[in-house]
Amino acid sequence: MNGIESTGLNNVITNGIQIGYLVSACLFFVGIKRLGSPATARQGNLISSVAMLLAIVVTLLDLNVVNYVTILGCIAIGSAIGAVMAQRVEMTAMPQLVGLFNGLGGAASALVAIGELWRYFGTANSPDTGGMISILLGVLIGGVTLSGSLIAFAKLQGTISGAPVTFPFQQAFNAALLVSFFVGGGLLLTGGLNQSMFLGTIGISLLLGVMFVLPIGGGDMPVVISLLNSLSGLAASAAGFVVGNSMLIIAGALVGASGIILTVIMCKGMNRSLTNVLFAAFGSGESSAGTGVAGGKTTNQSVKTVDPEEGAMMLGYARSVVIVPGYGMAVAQAQHAVRELSDQLERLGVEVRYAIHPVAGRMPGHMNVLLAEANVPYDRLYDMEDINPQFETTDVALVIGANDVVNPAARTAKDSPIYGMPILEADRAKHTIVIKRSLGTGFAGVENELFYGEKTMMMFGGAKDMLTKLVSEVKEL
Amino acid sequence: MNDPTIAALFIFVLASFAGFEVINKVPPTLHTPLMSGANAISGIAVLGAIVIAGDREPSITMILGAIAIVLATINVVGGFLVTDRMLQMFKKKEVKA
Repeated sequence: MNGIESTGLNNVITNGIQIGYLVSACLFFVGIKRLGSPATARQGNLISSVAMLLAIVVTLLDLNVVNYVTILGCIAIGSAIGAVMAQRVEMTAMPQLVGLFNGLGGAASALVAIGELWRYFGTANSPDTGGMISILLGVLIGGVTLSGSLIAFAKLQGTISGAPVTFPFQQAFNAALLVSFFVGGGLLLTGGLNQSMFLGTIGISLLLGVMFVLPIGGGDMPVVISLLNSLSGLAASAAGFVVGNSMLIIAGALVGASGIILTVIMCKGMNRSLTNVLFAAFGSGESSAGTGVAGGKTTNQSVKTVDPEEGAMMLGYARSVVIVPGYGMAVAQAQHAVRELSDQLERLGVEVRYAIHPVAGRMPGHMNVLLAEANVPYDRLYDMEDINPQFETTDVALVIGANDVVNPAARTAKDSPIYGMPILEADRAKHTIVIKRSLGTGFAGVENELFYGEKTMMMFGGAKDMLTKLVSEVKEL
Repeated sequence: MNDPTIAALFIFVLASFAGFEVINKVPPTLHTPLMSGANAISGIAVLGAIVIAGDREPSITMILGAIAIVLATINVVGGFLVTDRMLQMFKKKEVKA
């Protein structure tokens, strides 16, 4: 093949690759757009995966890519592992899985940046300034995403305690870590390549990720997972800057944007700023402050209890029931029992709706997935803004394993840590039944007035157990 | 700073804005699938991994690229499949006679 012909062929292929990327990028946007409505979501996901397949195939056409056996082998291995993980995961473990996937994406992006710089070791060349900054950012964001996600995974899985881990001068230590990363990066930029210096920056990035997630409590994980999701996208974008691939940049930016939006929504749902979530080690005083207050209050406030038999009567003869599921329900795997109860109630002509708090569950929208798994139709699930005005005309609100999200103190007690947090106004219903193991405080460590309310009845016990009893009692009505 | 990096910066900023617009109005019901779907897309890093693993000569870069391909593909394939698994559970109330 002579030179001119090969240049021509090169051009055709290079242009073809870019056009392929353009099509793929458009498909990604269409796919994500379609994910925005329940009716088209599945199709949207399919379109996104086609876009990904197209992008991969087009990349393989790159004339500089010659090592097909290794590449296809690696893709086969990764696909098999991913498919098995996706098949096996329990819906309650979805936050961990997404966390873990985030970490892998971050790791891949960091490896691309590291691999690119490694080309220059042992040669006299070094990347230009823009390239070097991109590599350092790829290492930083990818590294933080990887180790941060692994810590989040361990916290969600229960491998390590979900409680915030704090120590003196934590912020100062973290700031020092970040400064040393930038100093190291600055030296690499100006002083030429140095292998141990580069390895040092990788190490610092990983340590930063660990330090970033450790002080954040288990209940704030929806925010952390969203943020890490955003970071995994930004890491991919950074890798795109490194290898000069616009497809990576676009798709990464798309993911980065979606993660940021969800992070903001989660923070609003808890009425806290992102900085507060990240740096306040919220919930660390849980045990001491919480039980202290509880001890003082329970003595002079009376609690009404109700047994499943009476509870079933109240529910069965109501006109409308709103179910407020909390994480306690998910932990008890009681979503199927909930569905069975609402089926029985509907049989009796009761109107059953579900009220979903934005931060119910361990990741954004987690509760909706758990209920969908139990075949609860999604048009029965109501967002906070839609259901709150309707509590006043509701006969019975049934709160299952939820606490802070129905605490009226958020409306009234100015000194409460959860003051201002948007809540589901279950206390405004004509009657409120709360299924809960004990009067213990929730994640925020705040006493819940709802439990002592005039119209509130407590049904003490495990969610699944109590619901099963309710179902059999309602069946007999 | 060189021209390609600036051009890439343009792409990045504009794609971010487009992303914000497209995603902004997703109902809470779909937040988890959106996140796991977006998560699968972040596995796009596999392209970068393919580029650096594709070298003719075996090298450390190539090995790092190969590892990155495996990790990113787990993210991509697992992410899309698990999103699909979730989405097929979302149903409207079946019409009863």
